[in-house]
Amino acid sequence: MLYRENGQFKTSYGADQQIFPIAQDRVAMLLLLALAAVVVPGLASEYLLRAILIPFLILSLAALGLNILVGYCGQISLGTGGFMAVGAYAAFNFLVRVDGLPLVAAILLGGLCATVVGVLFGIPSLRIRGLYLAVATLAAQFFCDWAFLRIKWLTHDSSSGSVGVSGLSVLGMPIETPVQKYLFCLAFVLVFGLIAKNLVRGHIGRSWMAMRDMDVAAAVIGIRPMAAKLSAFAVSSFIVGVAGALWAFIHLGSWEPAAFSIDRSFQLLFMVIIGGLGSIAGAFFGAAFLVVLPIVLDNLPYWFGIPIDTALASHLTTMIFGALIVFFLIVEPHGLARLWQIAKEKLRLWPFPH
Amino acid sequence: MKPNKTSTIAARAALMLAAAASLLGGSGAALAQAKEQFIPLLVYRTGPYAPNGTPWANGKQDYLKLINARDGGINGVKIAFEECETGYATDKGVECYERMKGKGASLFDPQATGITFALTDKVPVDKIPLITLGYGLSASQDGNVFKWNFPMMGSYWTAADMLIQHLAKKEGGFDKLKGRKIALVYHDSPFGKEPIPLLEERQKMHGFELVKIPVTAPGVEQKSAWLQVRQQRPDYVLLWGWGVMNSTALKEAQATGYPREKMYGVWWAGAEPDVKDVGEGAKGYNALALNGHGQQARVMQDILKYVHEKGQGSGPKDEVGSVLYTRGMIISMLSVEAIRRAQERFGKGKVMTGEQVRWGLENLAIDQKRLDALGIGTLIRPISTSCQDHMGSTWARVHTWDGSKWNFSSDWLQADEQILKPMVKAAADKYASDKKLTRRAPADCQS
Repeated sequence: MLYRENGQFKTSYGADQQIFPIAQDRVAMLLLLALAAVVVPGLASEYLLRAILIPFLILSLAALGLNILVGYCGQISLGTGGFMAVGAYAAFNFLVRVDGLPLVAAILLGGLCATVVGVLFGIPSLRIRGLYLAVATLAAQFFCDWAFLRIKWLTHDSSSGSVGVSGLSVLGMPIETPVQKYLFCLAFVLVFGLIAKNLVRGHIGRSWMAMRDMDVAAAVIGIRPMAAKLSAFAVSSFIVGVAGALWAFIHLGSWEPAAFSIDRSFQLLFMVIIGGLGSIAGAFFGAAFLVVLPIVLDNLPYWFGIPIDTALASHLTTMIFGALIVFFLIVEPHGLARLWQIAKEKLRLWPFPH
Repeated sequence: MKPNKTSTIAARAALMLAAAASLLGGSGAALAQAKEQFIPLLVYRTGPYAPNGTPWANGKQDYLKLINARDGGINGVKIAFEECETGYATDKGVECYERMKGKGASLFDPQATGITFALTDKVPVDKIPLITLGYGLSASQDGNVFKWNFPMMGSYWTAADMLIQHLAKKEGGFDKLKGRKIALVYHDSPFGKEPIPLLEERQKMHGFELVKIPVTAPGVEQKSAWLQVRQQRPDYVLLWGWGVMNSTALKEAQATGYPREKMYGVWWAGAEPDVKDVGEGAKGYNALALNGHGQQARVMQDILKYVHEKGQGSGPKDEVGSVLYTRGMIISMLSVEAIRRAQERFGKGKVMTGEQVRWGLENLAIDQKRLDALGIGTLIRPISTSCQDHMGSTWARVHTWDGSKWNFSSDWLQADEQILKPMVKAAADKYASDKKLTRRAPADCQS
């Protein structure tokens, strides 16, 4: 009833091409932004911010980056954890070794290093595809794991291989309290979300999608496979690298290579698949599903006051979580984003469906 | 099919909202229960480290239950506790820490080196002490820089130092170590890498050859590591493992034919779960023992009487008194003693804050008489902490597996202060300059 586009006439190309063509969507988005930027910092508890919202935002960003590669360009990657690690350790090295380098610059430079590594490991994608490419990107993961465990220079000669940062600040403002950290991450997610959305709507995004759908046909209509594939690797690993730097700097504070192990790569790939391949919103849905749901499940017995063995609760969480993944993939193989889209379609017709 | 989908979405949205609502509102609720000292228990009862994590967790919990059941709490203050499963993963540990912190936690035992590293930056802000008995950051012994860390009774550096001392004694003097080859087979994580600086220092002093052989975590696959051992033929192997890595290493040693008598584990590689499955194959294997064990100690008898016989035990009865169970129990004992000490200063019968418990941890003075009174006189040696020294004592023994039980095979050893002190100070100074911290002023020690 409320959600429909009747009477909203587009009189210019600009109006027709905007991100949210329906006025209600724009209002909803602005409300969501206001909620995220104003209401949440004011109301949320420290636990909610530090243990749930910050990891959610950062992993959404990483999933967004991976979605560009996997969802839009069709190149399966299992090296995401490794690219995150490159972003984190490169940003760390820039921050420690270059005096007076601003935090944001260090994080972006970290992302840039991840881009270089990402493009390097993306080169095989010009020759191999599908599962074979997945195996090739797996090499990136193991190489990064190895490099940060073994090359002492990269970890600033720390005896244990664990590094950390503290006393972060941006433009003289400290990033210490949970609210500050949350807003810092939110700013990154917003900016990169907007960039990603615009990239995938433009000709670059279209060339990625053409590559994904059929690379021979795409080449025939004049899309250069090398430029398309490598640009997808570059953009994707840049965003993933920035997310890695945020994960290390803002969420963990001090970290070891194990924080970016192969498990992280799988987790992000699952986020993208469950959230919805080839959808910006899907990255957020997927991250919410994989970050928030296990914690909620873990806490359920406590909220209802059911005394339950810790090990049993942990096993139950894993089992229910696994079952839910299977359930959602059966109900909608295209992910949560597709479910959301279907809901919107239905709402537009409601209450008079054909 | 169509109406089905919308209803799922609605149901999911409702679930999410409910969850969000309880997250927003739920955290403050537990704070209201005053008069109870809340001790969070970060544990892992699942995953590759569960065989070792479980007895540890049970020991921690049983002692708290004992204090509540036998003494009615600490000077009348009952202990409340809650477990949080970390699975040994750092990010999960951080989540647990945040969750438990909101409930009024007064101290944490993270039970994992990785989690300790991540929390070390967070605790000064939140003003909650960390107790890391026999693990964690070796440099955190320096209480002047690490105000909130308490690596009680030992660190990886003291452990490595004692092992080298023991080997020297076996060989007949430090000069006999010259030209010997010692291999360190370690868990490739901060936990396994921590001892390396000390071993390198000792290597420079005595001229033995140190071979470093990393094992990828969690350590179920070690064929290449033991191939290296076979090629290098070291005189001794130091095993720095945890969880399944230890039993796997012993099985690989057996398969390689490396004599178990020449293998020495850290105290995290010297408990029943590490050798039980290997049984006879582990016969002769040595490891450091940070604490004694067995059910004879009076405190264990009390736990059996007041906790297990009431059906309140956290684990199986025969696990009581095992090596890691005892270690967990000692951690809870030290926590309780720190709270008791804090109460002496800040008011008996009151609930202590994190800051007050920290003072208690820093001013512990547990002598032999007190240990005997606690019923653990045979298990550990006296501990006294100070502003400068957050460790309290560095005593440990070596014990050897005879195929069915651990037997002590050395006297009490102690780490060499002469070597340790400058290293700890240098490492703490480096940490302080990296983090732009200043050392605590002497006046701060009084607070």
